[in-house]
Amino acid sequence: MTTKSDPAPLKDLLGDENKHLLVDGVPHAKALGLKLISMTRANATVLLPYDARLIGNPETGVIHGGAVTSLLDNVSGLAVFAAMEELTSIATLDLRIDYMRAATPGADVTAHAHCYKVTRTIAFVRGTAFEKNENDPIATCTGAFMLGSNAGRKPGANTTGQGALGEAGGDK
Amino acid sequence: MSAFLDRETIRTEAELQAFVDSIPYASFIGVGVRKVGGELTCVLPFKEDNVGNPMLPALHGGVLSALLETAAILQITHEVDSEHLTKPVNVNIDYLRSAKPVETFARAYITKQGRRVANVRAEAWQDDRNRPVAALHGHFLLAPRKNSDG
Repeated sequence: MTTKSDPAPLKDLLGDENKHLLVDGVPHAKALGLKLISMTRANATVLLPYDARLIGNPETGVIHGGAVTSLLDNVSGLAVFAAMEELTSIATLDLRIDYMRAATPGADVTAHAHCYKVTRTIAFVRGTAFEKNENDPIATCTGAFMLGSNAGRKPGANTTGQGALGEAGGDK
Repeated sequence: MSAFLDRETIRTEAELQAFVDSIPYASFIGVGVRKVGGELTCVLPFKEDNVGNPMLPALHGGVLSALLETAAILQITHEVDSEHLTKPVNVNIDYLRSAKPVETFARAYITKQGRRVANVRAEAWQDDRNRPVAALHGHFLLAPRKNSDG
């Protein structure tokens, strides 16, 4: 029942009105103030509103590379969710970020990611962070994500020590 | 050069901590600094806002990369005499293990320092130094003094 423009399983599990939970349900994404702009099949766009707490260089007011990385990591993960046929947990395996230029102090940052390949175990993603124009990027990323990263681990696994032997992942 | 980048004033643990505290995003996630035996270690206490997977729970990948990047910037600032704060050119982050909701540590090493670019490696770990949860390697732009030929 999905069309090409819909993220396949999420449409059924989360109605349009609940999509924001994909961001608000992740504590660090919520702390950063991330806002989900759109999700279509294998694509996601997220906004990071400018905030003084995100500054990395107090001399210039430019936001921290780590905040841009958090944004790109998040939007990349959402692009993976939007590409899945069956909803499963994911974890970042690796992420490469290239910083092209400083973000403009005071400006919101938008990030768009596209999950261009999903295998049984791995998803591959490219993403871009920019202000107004995607062709004038602040930073780009490529990443690989493990699928089914929670498999075999119960909720709370990381608090009992059991999860320490689990798979790779900067989880989400 | 701004006072906070004067190498002579960021030698002690308290001065290094003040430097990190002056970086808003580093203090937002809660990065602390220890200087033991001449080596710098970044310490990230657990806090709820840094969670990426609330089910396990596990730290957010972006928080780990920000911790590693901060460790790299701190190490460069500590070792390299530079006019401005160093800027990342690119970073590669490998996520090696699920990061548990506990204190996390990070240490960075300058692999090679050129005139304009430094190649840096960093590792983050939790209860076992030999079981890193994430690793970074990347390049950081140095800002040579105006009178140098860099």
